[in-house]
Amino acid sequence: MTVQPNSYRTGPDERGHFGIYGGRFVAETLMPNILELEAAYTAAKADPNYQKEMDGHLATYVGRPSPLYFAERLTQHLRQTASGLSDGGAKIYFKREELNHTGAHKVNNVLGQIMLALRMGKKRIIAETGAGMHGVATATLCAKFGLDCIVYMGAVDVERQQPNVLRMKILGAEVRAVESGSKTLKDAMNEALRDWVTNVSDTFYCIGTVAGPHPYPAMVRDFQCIIGRETREQMQAAEGRLPDSLIACIGGGSNAMGLFHPFLDDRSVEIYGVEAAGHGITTGLHAASIAGGRPGVLHGNRTYLLMDADGQIAEAHSISAGLDYPGIGPEHAWLKDMGRVEFLSATDDEAVAAFQLCSKLEGIIPALEPAHALARVMDLAPQKPKDHLMVVNLSGRGDKDLASVQAFLESKKR
Amino acid sequence: MTTRIDRRFAALKQEGRAALVTFIMTGDPDYDTSLAIVKALPKAGADLIELGMPFTDPMADGPAIQAAGLRALAAGQTMIKTLKLVREFRAGDSDTPIVLMGYYNPIYIYGVDKFLADAIVAGVDGLIVVDLPPEEDGELCLPALKAGVNFIRLATPTTDDKRLPTVLNNTSGFVYYVSITGITGAAAPDAGKVSAAVARIKRHTKLPVAVGFGVRTAEQARAIAENADGVVVGSALIDVLRASLDKAGKATPETVKAVTDLVADLAQGVRAAKRVAAE
Repeated sequence: MTVQPNSYRTGPDERGHFGIYGGRFVAETLMPNILELEAAYTAAKADPNYQKEMDGHLATYVGRPSPLYFAERLTQHLRQTASGLSDGGAKIYFKREELNHTGAHKVNNVLGQIMLALRMGKKRIIAETGAGMHGVATATLCAKFGLDCIVYMGAVDVERQQPNVLRMKILGAEVRAVESGSKTLKDAMNEALRDWVTNVSDTFYCIGTVAGPHPYPAMVRDFQCIIGRETREQMQAAEGRLPDSLIACIGGGSNAMGLFHPFLDDRSVEIYGVEAAGHGITTGLHAASIAGGRPGVLHGNRTYLLMDADGQIAEAHSISAGLDYPGIGPEHAWLKDMGRVEFLSATDDEAVAAFQLCSKLEGIIPALEPAHALARVMDLAPQKPKDHLMVVNLSGRGDKDLASVQAFLESKKR
Repeated sequence: MTTRIDRRFAALKQEGRAALVTFIMTGDPDYDTSLAIVKALPKAGADLIELGMPFTDPMADGPAIQAAGLRALAAGQTMIKTLKLVREFRAGDSDTPIVLMGYYNPIYIYGVDKFLADAIVAGVDGLIVVDLPPEEDGELCLPALKAGVNFIRLATPTTDDKRLPTVLNNTSGFVYYVSITGITGAAAPDAGKVSAAVARIKRHTKLPVAVGFGVRTAEQARAIAENADGVVVGSALIDVLRASLDKAGKATPETVKAVTDLVADLAQGVRAAKRVAAE
């Protein structure tokens, strides 16, 4: 039996470990940088001016707080489908991260890291991106603060996320299409790491999710925790109590961690993470590292990974470029082993159906990433009583996905 | 306890020259060809042999070694076959040190204890695992040292005097000085800067210092061999190997010779170096 900790919120330890996960598995060339970053972040956290300045930008530039919205028609719709349960059907709230400047939660983290880069005197910012939302957020803040920006993006993702590529270019960033490996997010991360190894002294690597070598998983989490902190206050104001459940999609898992972390020690709150099941877990063509992977070491940390029997990393498959990654943040891996978060998955079909339903019922076109979380809301909400308060992290907007969804629907007609 | 690596560097010191350390990816372009190359390396002039363990996501390697790893994986290379290749080489050569180089995940998945046991039986002398810095020594470095396998660490231009003792602690066999900040095969090292760096490292350790990353020609090898105890060549060998392949990426009758010719050339460079009396 796993021994449960007194608190789920104290990790990582000083070496960056969440249980057996996390760590600093990087080439020696990068170690001085990683240590420098850790020291700079520790100093920044202790400096009230850093937080104060960040709060100012979050309010006036990002547009925080993002609303907590009662999704009334979706709630009604799912109550009608709750057949058999007379008073079934949870009350569904959306945490509207898609209303942030740049259209996703990514900007919360990028702001924190770019302000750190400025403190450290780094003028050249590199980033990896999958769906392009992290790339757009990085390009945006580099424009605002006058920094050079280079975004690595898998060639496959450049194809399927053209609107974001264009946005990044207009914002003044250089987008480098990565042709190696599977040409998606993991390969973009490899190339960004290679760039960082080559340009160690002047370059800041702005990682977009709660993964990578320590201190990134903890640092990115800290920047994203504003999502959960606001949700607590907003739910208190709206309903006078805590929510009963939280649900969010997980690729690397930064939007999920940001929502979950402030609630981890509230044992009454059920927490669900939804991975991308692609064509279905049993087909092998998916991106669900918890459901279909096992612990291994990649990109600076130990975590659940998709791989073959020989430890070679497998390609992930998902209609959502933002979830198309064969790993997951190490803190999620630990929370999975502790049993604190329940991990589910949703297929491409289910995500697209939820994308359509949410658009029609709520007038909100979600990104394909949170559409995976919405897909599980469709069957979780009807099982809950009417007074159950369920919060979905609507982590991004779907404008970037219109072409992907159209192509997907066309291919289904054939 | 002395190892093959210790004995080889001691013997070369007696000879008054630096070691030529050659890197080849096991299984590139196929198992049999890479075995034939490895078997031919000592005669061509290689003093130590580094064998790449292919990995899908080699984050510190440039395009040449990335492609070599993918060719090997496409041809069916596995960790079991890599160890088998060492065993077959060792059957005909009991003196040339073999160092396995790669990334941690394939070892972790194979199982650290089983990997070390099988590697020792196969005749492996040392390990270089790129993504295991001293901060993660408990993973593989300490178990390897306990088992009698050298754990060779990379020192880089970013490894300052404050960091060097951390890097050198638990390092054995030799120190691999990465002459550039960057990925493998990227740029030519500056011989002057390299000699200063080697001198700096030697102030901290009695271990031999081999220099690599970006060494391509006999002349570069000669210049580095004047100060360093070893010269590592990898991407240049991979490049001539690749150039010898047919359009389908298969080995040709020229493949083994293409590699050994360059090794012979580099060996002449190393042997032509006028050693600066270090130590």
